[in-house]
Amino acid sequence: MSTILAVDTSCDACSIALLKDGQVYAEFIQAPRQHSQRLLPMIDALLKKHSVDLSDLDAIAYGRGPGSFTGLRICLSVVQGLAFSVDLPVIPVSTLHTMAVGAVNTGLAKDQDLILVALDARMEEVYWSLYRLQDGQAVPVTEEFVCSPSDVPGHGDLGFVAAQNLIKVGAGCHYPALEGIDAASEIRELLPRAEHMLGLAQYALKEGQVHMAENSQPVYLRDSVAWKKRQRIR
Amino acid sequence: MRVLGIETSCDETGIALYDSEKGLLGHSLFSQIAVHSEYGGVVPELASRDHVRKTLPLINEVLASSGLTKQDIDAVAYTSGPGLVGALMVGACIGRALAYGWNVPAVGVHHMEGHLLAPMLEDTPPEFPFVALLVSGGHTQLVQVDGIGHYSLLGESLDDAAGEAFDKAAKMLDLDYPGGPQVARLAEQGNPERFTFPRPMVDRPGLDFSFSGLKTFTLNTVAEHALEDGLPDDQTCADIACAFQEAVVDTLVIKCRRALQQTGFKTLVIAGGVSANTRLRERLEAALAKIGAKVFYARHEFCTDNGAMIAYAGCQRLLAGQTEELGVSVTPRWPLDTLEPLDDQAAPESNS
Ligand SMILES: Nc1ncnc2c1ncn2[C@@H]1O[C@H](COP(=O)(O)OP(=O)(O)OP(=O)(O)O)[C@@H](O)[C@H]1O
Ligand SMILES: [Mg+2]
Repeated sequence: MSTILAVDTSCDACSIALLKDGQVYAEFIQAPRQHSQRLLPMIDALLKKHSVDLSDLDAIAYGRGPGSFTGLRICLSVVQGLAFSVDLPVIPVSTLHTMAVGAVNTGLAKDQDLILVALDARMEEVYWSLYRLQDGQAVPVTEEFVCSPSDVPGHGDLGFVAAQNLIKVGAGCHYPALEGIDAASEIRELLPRAEHMLGLAQYALKEGQVHMAENSQPVYLRDSVAWKKRQRIR
Repeated sequence: MRVLGIETSCDETGIALYDSEKGLLGHSLFSQIAVHSEYGGVVPELASRDHVRKTLPLINEVLASSGLTKQDIDAVAYTSGPGLVGALMVGACIGRALAYGWNVPAVGVHHMEGHLLAPMLEDTPPEFPFVALLVSGGHTQLVQVDGIGHYSLLGESLDDAAGEAFDKAAKMLDLDYPGGPQVARLAEQGNPERFTFPRPMVDRPGLDFSFSGLKTFTLNTVAEHALEDGLPDDQTCADIACAFQEAVVDTLVIKCRRALQQTGFKTLVIAGGVSANTRLRERLEAALAKIGAKVFYARHEFCTDNGAMIAYAGCQRLLAGQTEELGVSVTPRWPLDTLEPLDDQAAPESNS
């Protein structure tokens, strides 16, 4: 039975969870601009509370994004340091996928329902993706996007879904274009939580989808912010 | 004590291993210059992204090159300020988490203390007390140094830092980022007699600097001699670079001499990127010889950002018992003279 630590600081919260002997132990605090101060002490306390040494872990899962750039890097930097120190593999887990799992866990979705997950990417854009509930699992239907909210409703996979077969989650749903998409229910305040990463992480570990800490990266989605290039004269 | 040093305050990822008994064991640097030069300056977001990519691979590299393993590390030092917040955060979080995982102490290092102590890594290190001229991309300061952490600010730039002035002049002359070395290279072909640029604030008492007037003067001179494309001919560009460099160097030399006179010290340490400037080194050596004083500086690669200076400075603070809590915080703005003084002021031993 695997022992896994999961960490996410992609939004305002510090969220960590430990899988040990099939039990899940989680800690969650709102910590805007306090991630780096709070994260390691939280991890230390959780591991100690459940008598787990870092080296007892089989892997560390990290919320790889999308999300706040700085938040993603604080999470990964801490995870890189921890994993590298005792040679643990790391597992990147999508924050959007994690939220889809969170949505499934609310029990609001029925089998074959679609789950639209959207985070506010600021600059008038959203990070979003679509999942289908299939045999209790949130299965990705589309890739992950960053785009203007107005481009979401027109996406092909959303076109033919009936309102009663769709649920919407995440803070990105506040944009009018997403508000306009009819759905059976909406949970705007749903956040990526580390305990919802553990199932995905366990599966990835079983499938060998792990990385060495030194090869792990965030997924920013937004890779081409309009940084202004310099014009040379000659 | 073997200390792993991590520097990620700006656009270089620097890693080093320093041993309090054996000295520097290994170091490695990844410079992001190629990334940022396209943009004409550091793009903070891109800098942070590169630090996450490079820090661990560089640690592997330094361990391998020094024939050591992770278990050989007794402590971790990382730059915790001043610098770009997102960039600092990466090195600090990795460093603190590594120390936690290894169950060894960690310490956050002041980047400018790192620069200031970098000459201690040379075969003949300076002895306390001394006057330090910190001249880098973000700082131009004269500091009285009575020991590690015993810093009193004697003077500083009221506007642009010297390195920043070099970088801006370089831009005006259509040179690559970072501009310091480029301006210096071009200046070698310049005729020093052609232009005379102002020496800001030298006729005023005190030890403060100002480089923004010089910047304007440079801009005006470029504009005056500009051809159709907005740039003077190549020789004129070289002459301007030369006049600019002379003006900066002259100003720095005059203030350093004044600081030594004021303190009565006979030792000057220059540190930070601009201390790599050959003309500055030559002129200071000549000027100080006349007053029986001596100038010390780090080898070229330790003038600009590097991990070795952080490992060294961190080691001194760790030996004095300083450590960091588990919560990580970085300090993007952090005056040097607010650092905790270390009691132990033993003169540094020779490293040779
Ligand atoms: N040979 C040189 N002559 C003049 N300036 C130089 C030379 N080499 C480097 N520099 C300047 O040094 C600066 C870089 O130094 P350094 O890396 O110490 O600064 P920084 O880390 O960006 O700033 P700070 O240390 O103040 O935070 C740049 O401004 C660069 O142009
Ligand atoms: Mg520097």
